[in-house]
Amino acid sequence: MTLLSLDGVSRVYATRRGIIGRPVPVRAVDQISLSVAPGRTLGIVGESGCGKSTTGRVALGIERPSEGSVTFQGAAMPTPGTPAWRRMRGRLQLVPQDPLGAMDRRLTIATQVEEPLIIHAIGDKSDRRDRVQALLRDVGLRADLAERHPHELSGGQRQRAVLARALATDPALLVCDEPVSALDVSIQAQVINMLTDLQEARGIAMLFISHDLKVVRQVSHEVAVMYLGRIVEHGDPEAIFADPLHPYSRALVSAIPVPGPRRIERVVLTGDPPNPADRPSGCAFHPRCPVAVAACAVTTPDLRPAADGRLVACHLVPAAGGTA
Amino acid sequence: MTSAPLVSIRDLRVAFHGLPALRGIDLDVAPGEAVGLVGESGCGKSVTWLAALGLLPATATITGSVTLDGTELLGAAPAVLDRVRGGRVAMIFQDPASALNPVKRVGVQVAEALRLHRGLDGGAADAEVLRLFDQVGIPDARRRVHIYPHEMSGGQNQRVMIAMALAGQPELLVADEPTTALDATIQAQILDLLRRLQQETGMALVLISHDLGVVAEMCRRVCVMYAGRIVEQAPSDTLFADPRHPYTRGLLAALPDMVGPRRRLEAIAGGVPEPWNMPPGCAFAPRCASAIAACDAAIPVFHPVAPGHDAACIRLDAMVPE
Repeated sequence: MTLLSLDGVSRVYATRRGIIGRPVPVRAVDQISLSVAPGRTLGIVGESGCGKSTTGRVALGIERPSEGSVTFQGAAMPTPGTPAWRRMRGRLQLVPQDPLGAMDRRLTIATQVEEPLIIHAIGDKSDRRDRVQALLRDVGLRADLAERHPHELSGGQRQRAVLARALATDPALLVCDEPVSALDVSIQAQVINMLTDLQEARGIAMLFISHDLKVVRQVSHEVAVMYLGRIVEHGDPEAIFADPLHPYSRALVSAIPVPGPRRIERVVLTGDPPNPADRPSGCAFHPRCPVAVAACAVTTPDLRPAADGRLVACHLVPAAGGTA
Repeated sequence: MTSAPLVSIRDLRVAFHGLPALRGIDLDVAPGEAVGLVGESGCGKSVTWLAALGLLPATATITGSVTLDGTELLGAAPAVLDRVRGGRVAMIFQDPASALNPVKRVGVQVAEALRLHRGLDGGAADAEVLRLFDQVGIPDARRRVHIYPHEMSGGQNQRVMIAMALAGQPELLVADEPTTALDATIQAQILDLLRRLQQETGMALVLISHDLGVVAEMCRRVCVMYAGRIVEQAPSDTLFADPRHPYTRGLLAALPDMVGPRRRLEAIAGGVPEPWNMPPGCAFAPRCASAIAACDAAIPVFHPVAPGHDAACIRLDAMVPE
């Protein structure tokens, strides 16, 4: 069963080089297909500019795909701005990285958590007050914090408040975009535990976007690794983090500093990730790839199943039941 | 420690508007040594070095002693500090783009450091800038010296900052979260570079980070800070294999693993105490599962666990190896 699916989705922006330059199309997301089942978490990892946040915005229906289609609960994603789209917004919610930026500094926490209930016309006044109290309790915020303003809360408490607001309309899917990246380790652990508890209790599906592989491994049932707008490896997190097959996943996993001995030999890549407006030919990773061959500069590899069933987009990884 | 320390910090205390930020730091850095300072936001790991180098605003009250090769730095004349900062002790920060001057070419900025600290000018300075760019791994250095910070990536800007830090031939490099703003693969490049430079130049390195993994890989010795004090110090292998302070244990248990079975994270309950609401004794006691009444009586001092391994906890007898 599928809750959300993206089929061959691309998102193209036009940018200009300089004031009088010609518009250049930038494929922020390029031919992505993925799906999320109810109550499950799909983690998306990758570095800045790889298109993971754009993928999240397309999944939320805030951005229209330039190509491909988005299906949510069996129906096509409605056009932004239409009444159908507005009704559906309550079923899909965003948990952003910076809670302070996502809140209104002049409104109390209770007012902000209540707002989605008013917008979606859920309950009457006293009913809503009860719901707000229950939501704050669910995310572990003390009742006396309800009348505080965002600046009076700590970073962890703010992230809890944003989560309470996202949960107000009882969403089926949360898109979490770097939800714990700004938090200290001890607070990060509190929020991660809360997210997994809430998922268990309410059966919410999550699209969990992060650059932190340790956190993604902790919460995800499935993982997609992105590089320059495309998924390069997709599958079981245990398999990908223990034995990454794509050379980029390998470099990314090996780059994570860990206390104690490491299992995968470190691969230090040369150079920076390329500009998406200036995409290398063939496999976009080939200029930095330690094992690239001539074909990599010419043909873009398709995402296809490898021996253990995970999907890999690399010419050098043998496909399931065939040769590379 | 066999050799005399390069930098010696004794009972360093800093307060802002009467509120304590540092509550008594003792720390030695030996020549050529790599020391890590870890802790969460607000624990004082950056303030320690900003105070030591006289970089805090006048509103800060600073007491204690910081000596470099026996010379007192706290309250030293500006002329003395000018020779130390960027010369004998260099510092790099988290956000290289804001530490660089956006309207000056990067080569000019590095040349300025060479003029100030080594008296190099003209052709000699130009040649040295090129050599430094090569040393920090900036490709196509001859062209890159003429571009502006906004034309470079975050990783390249951090390399420029490191080149500038090396310009003064420092005996100590203080790197304050040098890779926090960078992507994972770029972080690996910069850590590699810092490790290589430390070997090549023999300079000491103080690495300030919230990332236990980064510190574990880079440093021989690690100090864990909490609420303005060092609560545990040990060789890094020992610290991660056999942590003794309840806070260090809590930090490691809160960190998701990259290998092994997934387990529920053990979060440390509550939050860091506010400076205006410091507990009377051990600052960690309100969050500590092993706390007893005596923990509130006095601020705990270091108790030896093993040679080179100390923890500031009166409950060490209960903190047996796991």
